[in-house]
Amino acid sequence: MNNENTSAMNASIKPDYTVGEHPDLPPPSNTVGTIAWVRENLLSSPANIIMTILSIYFLYKVLPPSLNWMFFDAAYVGEDRNACRAVANGACWAFISERFQLFTYGFYPIEHRWRVDLSFVLLVVAVIPILFDKTPYRKYGLIFAMVFPFIAGWLLTGGLGLAPVPTEKFGGFMLTLVVGITGIAFSLPLGILLALGRQSNLPIIKVFCVSFIEFIRGVPLITLLFVASTMLSYFLPPGTNFDLLLRVLIMVTLFSAGYMAEVIRGGLQAIPKGQFEASDAMGLKYWPSMRLIVLPQALKISIPGIVNTFIGLYKDTTLVIIIGLLDPLGIGRASLSDTKWTGLSNEVYLFVALFFFISCFGMSRYSLYLENKLQTEHRK
Amino acid sequence: MSETALSQPQRNIVSRLWNDKETRSVIIQIIAFAAIFALFFYMIRNAVINLEAIGKDIDFAFLTQPASYDIGQTLIEYTSRSSHFTAMIVGIINTLLIAVFGIFLSTILGFTLGVLRLSKNWLTNKLAYVYIEYTRNVPVLLHILLIHGLIVHALPLPKNALNVGDAAFLTNRGFFLPSPQFEFLFWLVLGLFIIGIIFSLWFRSYAKKIQDSTGKYYPVFWISLGAIVGIPLIAYFILGSPIQWQIPELKGFNYKGGMVVRPEFIALWIALSCYTAAFIGEIVRAGITAVSWGQTEASSAFGINRSRTLSLVVIPQALRIIIPPLTSQYLNITKNSSLAIAIGYMDIVATIGGISLNQTGREMECMTIVLLLYLSFSLLISAFMNWYNKRIKLTER
Repeated sequence: MNNENTSAMNASIKPDYTVGEHPDLPPPSNTVGTIAWVRENLLSSPANIIMTILSIYFLYKVLPPSLNWMFFDAAYVGEDRNACRAVANGACWAFISERFQLFTYGFYPIEHRWRVDLSFVLLVVAVIPILFDKTPYRKYGLIFAMVFPFIAGWLLTGGLGLAPVPTEKFGGFMLTLVVGITGIAFSLPLGILLALGRQSNLPIIKVFCVSFIEFIRGVPLITLLFVASTMLSYFLPPGTNFDLLLRVLIMVTLFSAGYMAEVIRGGLQAIPKGQFEASDAMGLKYWPSMRLIVLPQALKISIPGIVNTFIGLYKDTTLVIIIGLLDPLGIGRASLSDTKWTGLSNEVYLFVALFFFISCFGMSRYSLYLENKLQTEHRK
Repeated sequence: MSETALSQPQRNIVSRLWNDKETRSVIIQIIAFAAIFALFFYMIRNAVINLEAIGKDIDFAFLTQPASYDIGQTLIEYTSRSSHFTAMIVGIINTLLIAVFGIFLSTILGFTLGVLRLSKNWLTNKLAYVYIEYTRNVPVLLHILLIHGLIVHALPLPKNALNVGDAAFLTNRGFFLPSPQFEFLFWLVLGLFIIGIIFSLWFRSYAKKIQDSTGKYYPVFWISLGAIVGIPLIAYFILGSPIQWQIPELKGFNYKGGMVVRPEFIALWIALSCYTAAFIGEIVRAGITAVSWGQTEASSAFGINRSRTLSLVVIPQALRIIIPPLTSQYLNITKNSSLAIAIGYMDIVATIGGISLNQTGREMECMTIVLLLYLSFSLLISAFMNWYNKRIKLTER
């Protein structure tokens, strides 16, 4: 009786799958979706709950006042500081917008500013083929990138048909880019040479490279800049008048070359000895073996370090204000002494910080992209 | 074939020497040496000519002359009548002071950040990430100026100072803190503290010896903590707190008595520590993630509990990865402290390389001293680091 009943029921709800092949059920509702995510990532244990509460409290304390100061309570237009204060209690961005040209170009003569703009456009054209290897006509792009520093130097300083502009007029973001990019462009090759010299079998070359690197890494950049601004002229032939910006460029390049050399040395040391031996066995001489076998591998390993050195150099360009060059920070500090805008240091520093953050964060993201692209090993 | 073999000796001697590996390396080195030597000679000759032309010589005698400028923060006796040499010593002490304080704070902040970055809590993790990315991607000089600006503009005048428990007063002229006056019995407490350190050093090696031979485990950390902190603390209260605190008081426009920490020092300290902490945080995170998960699994397979796994298996291996970059961050703090000159904190660069240089006009001497001082700091720290690396290096086949 009972049996019959069950079989009858079974017959009435006929399964729509073959026996033994039940389709996957959806996961339990408490392991997917937003709620599960919150449980897993914010509330998984008592300690975790405390951390979440502390974080939310911190955000509550910090975020609304900062946002109010920066955006909702801020004055965006105004004649001077008092006009800003009359409108709002927060930041006074009118100052930044009034001085924006100064922050960008420094004291570069207004009628020649197209040259700065043109150099910037050319910079973008030169950099794209270096950064992305799928750029069309990449070969010509790279050749252009090689000559770009000289074209930019000619455009910015003048001569050969263009009206000369003294480098004391350079300033603002433009100065940061000039110092940063020159340093980046010249410190990498110099750093590679120094690293190879440090690993070399020739004792005199090795001693020279080691002492140069250790000296550079042992002293702060600011002292080297002081040397450039006060002492260097003594070591040059009498009567040489050496441009201050050029002296700074040389010092910044030498400085980051020292750090670059150590980063690349790390990469060189990570190459298995078999690679060197194999290239010897192939009959390659020193330079071909370095160029074709060792350096491509060593540079690939050292990409994160190289980009970090670039970022460090780029940030260090702010130190030039201490010897009197006017980068954005210097422009900002000079503008603060204007009685119209006195006391707005936070606005200036945050604005300059935003500029540096965007450039440096961009560089570090690119380095991640490059690392992933060049990764040839199997992933875990 | 034989023709080429015959022509070989007839090729000129230069190319033969060049094609021999040994001689070539000697030739290259001689050329390099000559070039470097010539460059140095040329530069020194120029310097001699230039100095002669303006009638200067190289003379360190100016160090004994009165400096005739004031320094805001000094830990040793210094007046404007003291010599340039004393000013330099004040500068060195100020640099070392900021370095030691900065290393201390940045280590604590950095390890906290590193642990937060590894936290499973999404919110905390992301907050730490945002902090690290913001701090690392903005120049340190900007941090210093920003924090200095905040302290000078946001803190009140001494008149309406921020009162912390009627003992410390925060103003834009500096932080006024109570200064300790040590009585005789205090030195006894200090003595106990030093004995505690010596004892725990001895106890550590003793416990290790016992553990190696018998497997018995002593809670070294807690016993050392008791010996170093606990016993002196108990003694301090038993002896009736032998430290008198002198509390600063508002007199006229400023506070008198107690001790004052200058706003420049605080700004520099906070800025350098926060900046370096971001880097240390990443180093710590990388170090801990680099210890493979298999180590933790193996340790729990042995039945070692979680906290011992951390302290005996994971942390020793992580430290081996963390310490070398950590030391170079410490070195960076020391070097970055030279940015003090931007906000007027009187360190080496601001005293001997700044005001003394401008007053005496002796660029060569002053800059040489500054460079040599920083070089010797760096070489000392690197020497220590090399020694340490050798000590903790894994012994392989």
